[in-house]
Parts: sequence; structure tokens; C-alpha cells
Amino acid sequence: MPVLKGKELRIVGFLCNWCSYGGADTAGVGRFNQPTDLRIIRVPCSGRIDPLFVVKALMNGADGVLVSGCHPRDCHYAEGNFYARRRLEIMQRFLPVLGYEAERFEYTWVSASEGQRWQQVVASFTDQIHKLGPAPKIIGPQAADTLNQMAAAL
Amino acid sequence: MKIGVFVCHCGSNIEATVDTAAVAAASREFPDVVFATDTMYTCSEPGQDEIVAAIKEHNLGGVVVASCTPRMHEQTFRRTVERAGLNRYLFEMANIREHVSWIGKDRESNTNKSVDLVRMATEKLMRNRPLYSKKFDINKRVLVIGGGVAGIQAALDCADGGLEVVMVEKAPTIGGKMAKLDKTFPTVDCSSCILGPRMVDVAQHPNITLYAYSEIEEINGYVGNFEIKVKKKATYVDWDSCTGCGICMEKCPSKKATDTFNEGIGKTTAINIPFPQAIPKKAKIDPDFCTKIQKGKCGVCAKLCPSGCINYEMQDEFVTEKVGAIVTATGFDLFDWSIYGEYGAGRYPDVITSLQYERMLSASGPTGGHIKRPSDGKEPKNVVFIQCVGSRDKSVGRPYCSGFCCMYTAKQAILTKDHLPDSQSYVFYMDIRAIGKLYDEFTRRAMEEYDTKYIRGRVSMIYPQGDRLLVRGADTLMGAQVEVDADLVVLAVGAEAAAGAGELAEKLRISYDSYGFYMEGHPKLKPVETNTAGVYLAGACQGPKDIPSSVGQGSAAAAKVLGLFSKDQLESDPQVSVVDIKRCIGCGKCIQTCPFGAIKEMEFRGMAKADVIETICQGCGICTSTCPQGAVQLQHFTDNQILSEVNALCRF
Ligand SMILES: Cc1cc2nc3c(=O)[nH]c(=O)nc-3n(C[C@H](O)[C@H](O)[C@H](O)COP(=O)(O)OP(=O)(O)OC[C@H]3O[C@@H](n4cnc5c(N)ncnc54)[C@H](O)[C@@H]3O)c2cc1C
Ligand code: SF4
Ligand code: SF4
Repeated sequence: MPVLKGKELRIVGFLCNWCSYGGADTAGVGRFNQPTDLRIIRVPCSGRIDPLFVVKALMNGADGVLVSGCHPRDCHYAEGNFYARRRLEIMQRFLPVLGYEAERFEYTWVSASEGQRWQQVVASFTDQIHKLGPAPKIIGPQAADTLNQMAAAL
Repeated sequence: MKIGVFVCHCGSNIEATVDTAAVAAASREFPDVVFATDTMYTCSEPGQDEIVAAIKEHNLGGVVVASCTPRMHEQTFRRTVERAGLNRYLFEMANIREHVSWIGKDRESNTNKSVDLVRMATEKLMRNRPLYSKKFDINKRVLVIGGGVAGIQAALDCADGGLEVVMVEKAPTIGGKMAKLDKTFPTVDCSSCILGPRMVDVAQHPNITLYAYSEIEEINGYVGNFEIKVKKKATYVDWDSCTGCGICMEKCPSKKATDTFNEGIGKTTAINIPFPQAIPKKAKIDPDFCTKIQKGKCGVCAKLCPSGCINYEMQDEFVTEKVGAIVTATGFDLFDWSIYGEYGAGRYPDVITSLQYERMLSASGPTGGHIKRPSDGKEPKNVVFIQCVGSRDKSVGRPYCSGFCCMYTAKQAILTKDHLPDSQSYVFYMDIRAIGKLYDEFTRRAMEEYDTKYIRGRVSMIYPQGDRLLVRGADTLMGAQVEVDADLVVLAVGAEAAAGAGELAEKLRISYDSYGFYMEGHPKLKPVETNTAGVYLAGACQGPKDIPSSVGQGSAAAAKVLGLFSKDQLESDPQVSVVDIKRCIGCGKCIQTCPFGAIKEMEFRGMAKADVIETICQGCGICTSTCPQGAVQLQHFTDNQILSEVNALCRF
């Protein structure tokens, strides 16, 4: 569905199954109201998140990407979140080169018990993206070609 | 693939803020979707039957259910589609309850978002492949970590059920906190009379191997096949020959060692047996206080020991044990109350903790069961109990209720009157929480039969006045300030996670909450499971719990282990990584990053290639995002599957 004009922007979330996805569930169970822009993709571990997923989401039209994993030392797979942090921090530094503000991406830690914290993370990140406004889009007749070329270059 | 979509109302849980019929209607327009409907309760029997019928009628190749979180019902619906003959992985869920209907009231946005989530799920489903598990052998031994009452119960139940049990206890004796208690509420029966025999059972059970004064060094492996490295800390006494006669303890000249078992009430000898009923009843040397170890002089115990057990050179030892399941029962510790300035921050000797008081009440304790003021050894007349010290107090980061302090305070007030009929007890409390069977009756007895004065309010200050303590506080029911001349003050200190709980959780790969208590698999439906297969919880390590609940959970954990071991083989989770040999360039990056050592190098036509060992792979997918070639792909979460979800969202 297209974003609801004037109401929402497109925000994609990648959440690890064990901590943050559980935290988002806990927020739901606790009825902690949140903005509706975010769409969550569940992955087993934040270490599964290829930085390219983030870049591709932005290139294909997302206005913001949020990644959340387990707190340091609480990873279900021992060290996946450390890999994620290293990879994604480097990726974030390259976002401006691709024409995206670094603030369109955020990496955070939320455990399965932290429903309230998840609510705050979603609220503040959504607010941050709304302040930035829609991300630059690749449009026009050559859009598809351009995207393919960029994807190939990555 | 022919896809069927089922959008659940969940009664009114979803339907109230999501137009489920509209979501179903929109889904019908998606590629491959041949059937879509909204249903009242998809997880109910008729709901599941509807899915089975639709699969048959429309010849569906895959199913999407839009309902609650997959963490709740993914397994349920996977079984449903399996019943209709589909592979269980040809199924996806869209979480439109926890992630949509429960977190916003705007029906338009919610419906729109739900449609997106279903779209994502269908796109992923189109790329799902059937996956098949493999069977693997399991080791039917169980490790119990922690020998408190919960761990003892779990160990005995497992051992009686025919399993071999390995118990690892950090302290020199098992028994945990309960071994330190005098009597127990609400029956006031003697703690060591009910616990003692069970401790002996552990020592004598042919199926139980006990490692006391030992810790978990390392845990490797997975459900069915864990490998545990246990550190046996140096005791300086050969436990195989020690008979526990106690001669060494009588003659040891160093008598200023910290008496941990007695909570620092009194001192003990450098070589000591924690208490007469200790299991195992073996001596150990506290090296910090041993003159021989510190200064090279003395050696009295070595000369006197009739069995020649003493070895001042002893080192820590490591043993490896193989087990198939783990029960964690590491209990709790007491909050360090010295941060409370108003209670004297530890400056006044006659302000003690509830557990110190238990040791004082106990006939086998350092005072022989006589209540004495630590300062001058006199019998107290007025005893003041203060509840909720380090519980229900946000300002010290302990907002939770420790659950058992109201009850043990009432017990201690009753016992005080039994020991000293002329005494008067006062209890400062916030609320009385006595919710167990016979519990409220018990606290009432403390008030009515034993004439304990309950004052509802907080204490603002304790300060010395002569040789007594003046306790000043508020009585919020009377709206007045109260002052009590106390001879002894007992603090009902709250429970916190056991020391080292976090480090152990990392080794077990289980989660803990913000206070360090271990997280159960589901707050209601999986109270003793964790999110790591084969690891279970029992007792206060999961949250403060009294003895009946800890024992109940110990038995529950044992039942889970016995259930797990009722099969000879387990099925592996097929959501593991697979290497595409044609793409793999043998760089070995995945081998380096895999946290479980699940990838090894193999040779294929003279070239190095990566190979995933299916039973070891845990399915994290770290290797998949590492591989520069996209050669190793985590099944069910491949690059294509995840990117299809991204694209489903970003088409506009
Ligand atoms: C003052 C006081 C009075 C109480 N009175 C009562 C009462 O009258 N009735 C009642 O029902 N309840 C009472 N309780 C509560 C009772 O103590 C607990 O319910 C009970 O001890 C919980 O048992 P557990 O086995 O879970 O934990 P614990 O008793 O804490 O046992 C845990 C064990 O695990 C060991 N351990 C910890 N970490 C590790 C590790 N990393 N590796 C190996 N071993 C480890 C510890 O050494 C300990 O032996 C009282 C509590 C207090 C503080
Ligand atoms: S998914 Fe890859 S990194 Fe993770 S356990 Fe399996 S082989 Fe190792
Ligand atoms: S990282 Fe990829 S290419 Fe390198 S060895 Fe592993 S599977 Fe092969």
C-alpha cells in the first residue's frame, strides 16, 4: 500500500527474533501506543542483517531504516549483535556518499522485556524521520535502469 | 504458488481497530493469492479446520495467517498446514495484533499497515521452499546449576525418573538460602528438618554426581548434546578422603575468617565446614585467612587430619561433562542495603538483615538460637522490622516486589515472641502482600495472637540514643509521626538476581530482564522454558519466589526434561545455512565468523570449500551476511526472501 499521504512516511525495521521483535511484542501486549509508519521485518539475529538490506531499502524508496537487536552480551547467538554493530556503523558512514542523511538510519538495542523502551525508540525515530521529510527518490523514466546499475555497483 | 490468506479478528482484539474484511479483500489482489478470508479465531479448532479445508479445496501451496505474533502461534499454524499435507515451512505470519491493532487506534492507518504486512508475508512465502529436519541422537543426562531447594527438587525428580544428573553448586554446600532459614512460613516447620533429608538424598542418590564449590566455566553444544566445562575450585582438602570429622576446625588457630554461611554473624576458622548438616560434609580452607598459605607458617590441620587430606598446593581443577539438557536454578541474592543512609548505611551493629536474623534464630547458628544484640550480646526488648528495604523503591532501581518479605517478617515476629515472651515487635510496612494458601491467616496471627504492632509507613531515620536506637517514621494511617525505642532493627532486604547471573546467562545463551532475572519462554505458557532449546529454569533465578513456588518450578523443569528425553532422537531445526558449492570461493570468512564453529573446510575437486554441519548450526545467519559471494544462505531467511520483503514495502 502507498504511504498515507501527509500522515506517514515509509520506515522499515529489521528486528532480531529473540530480543527486539519480542520487545515490540511486549510493547503491543502492554498497549504502548506508537506511530504507524514502521513496518517490521523479522530476522533471526541482527547479525543476519546485511548492510545492503538497509541501502536497498533506502534506494527503493524507504524514508528511514531502523535496526534493533539484543543488548551487548545478551545475544541469543553469542556475538551476532557485535558483528551487526561493526558492519552497520561502517555502512552508516557511507550513506551521505549515496545521498542519504546518516540520520535516516539508526541502530539500537531493545530486549524482549523492554516494551516501554521500544515505544520510545519508535516514537523518537519516527519523529526524526518526519523532521527530515521524505528521502530523495530515484524517479523518472530511467529510474529502473539507474537502480539496477547502482545495485550492480554495490 | 497458490496462496491462501486468513485474516484473524482475534475476537475484537484485532477487528476493533483493523478492518479485517478490507485486508482480506486487498490481499485477493496480490500476485499468487487465490483465496483470502477473515475469520473470528483462526487458532481455534474451527479456525484451523477452515485452513485445512481451504488448502484442500483450493489446492493451496502456501498459507499466510495475519493474526498475533509468530512467537505465539507460528508452531500452531505450522502444524495445521502440515495436517493438510503441506510442508510446515510453506507458511508465513503477519503480526497484525502486537504490531498493529494493539499499538494504535487509527483504523485507517492500521488497516493500511496490515495490508502491507500481509503483502510482505505473501512475497516471502512465494520464495519459501519445503525444508525437512534430520534426526539426531541425544545424551540423556541433565545438568542442574545451583543446589538450592529448587535445584534439589529438579535433580531428585530427574534422578528418580531414571536420568543421570550432574549438579554444580557454587558454594561449598548445597541447600541455598533455605538451609540458612530457621523455620518456614506459613507452617513454622523447621527448615533443616524438611530440607536436610532431601540434601542427603542428593548426596546418596546413585544417579546424581555433585560438584560442590564448583562453577560453570564453559558451555558448548546445543539441545541434546551440550558439553560443559566445570571448574572445581581449590579447597586445599582432598574431598575423596575427607570424612568431615571436624578435628581440623577445632584446632585451627586462625579464627577470624568470614563466616559466609552465617551471613557474617560471628567468625569462623580458616579451615571450616559451613554447618553441621552441610552436603557434602567436607572441610575447605579459606586461603585469605590461612596462615600457612599466606605466610608459610602453621600447618596445624595437616598435622592433625587423621586422613591426611590437607594439600596447601592444591589448584583449581577442570572436568568436562556431557549432557542433553540444563536446568538453571541459581536463585537470588540479597540487595545491598548499605546505600540507605536513613538506616545507618551499615554503621550501627544492631541494624541487621533478615537473613542474619534467621541465622540468629537458628539453634545451629552462631548464637545457638539465642537472640542477642551484636553490639553487647544483650537480649533485645523492642525489635523493629522494616519491610521493603530495596523492594518497591524506584530510587534505588528496585521497583519490583520481592514477594516473600511480608511473609518472612510476620514469621520472624512470631518467632521473636516465641524466643523472648517479654519482647515487643513492631513492623513498618507499605502493604501486606500475603496471597498464598494460608498466608493471610498467618500474617493475621502475627498481629492478633502475637501482638505484633504493624505500622503502615516508611522509616525516615534511625539514630543511636544511649545504647538503643531511635526509629522515627510516619504512620500514614494515623497521619502521625511515630518514634520507637528499638534494641534491635531487622531489615527485610529485598531479593535481587544472584551474583554472576549475567555471566552465566551469556554462557547459557539465555536472556535476562533489566534486573538480571532470567527470562522464561513465555510469561504465561512457558514458565520454565527459556528461548534456548534444552535450557530450563527453576526457582528464584527467574524472579523472587518463596519455597513452595520454587519447589513447584523445580518439579516442572524436571518434567520438561523427562518429556524431552522421552524420545531417543530429536529433530533438528532445518532453518540452517547451506553452502552453494558452485559459488563458494573457499575464502573461509564464514568459518571465522560462525560463533558456533558450525562451518568447516572441505575439499571438492581439489578446491577448498565451506561446509555447514547441520546439527551444530544454530541458524543465526551471521555467515550469510559475511560471505562476499552470497554462497552461504540461511534457509528460510535467504537474501532473496528478505529482500522480497523489503521490496514489497518499498514499491511505492
Ligand atoms: C530472610 C529470608 C527468609 C525466608 N523465609 C522463607 C520462608 O519462611 N518460607 C518460604 O517459603 N520462603 C522463604 N524465603 C524465600 C526462600 O529463601 C526462597 O524461596 C528459596 O531460597 C528459593 O530457592 P532457590 O533454590 O530458587 O534459590 P537459592 O536458595 O538462592 O539457591 C540457589 C543456589 O544456587 C547457587 N548458585 C548461585 N549462582 C550459581 C552459579 N553461577 N553456579 C552454581 N551455583 C550457583 C547458590 O549458591 C545457591 O545454593 C525466605 C527468604 C529470605 C531472604
Ligand atoms: S547460520 Fe552460519 S554463522 Fe550461524 S550458526 Fe549456522 S553456520 Fe554458523
Ligand atoms: S564466506 Fe562464502 S565464499 Fe567464503 S568460504 Fe564461506 S561460503 Fe565460501
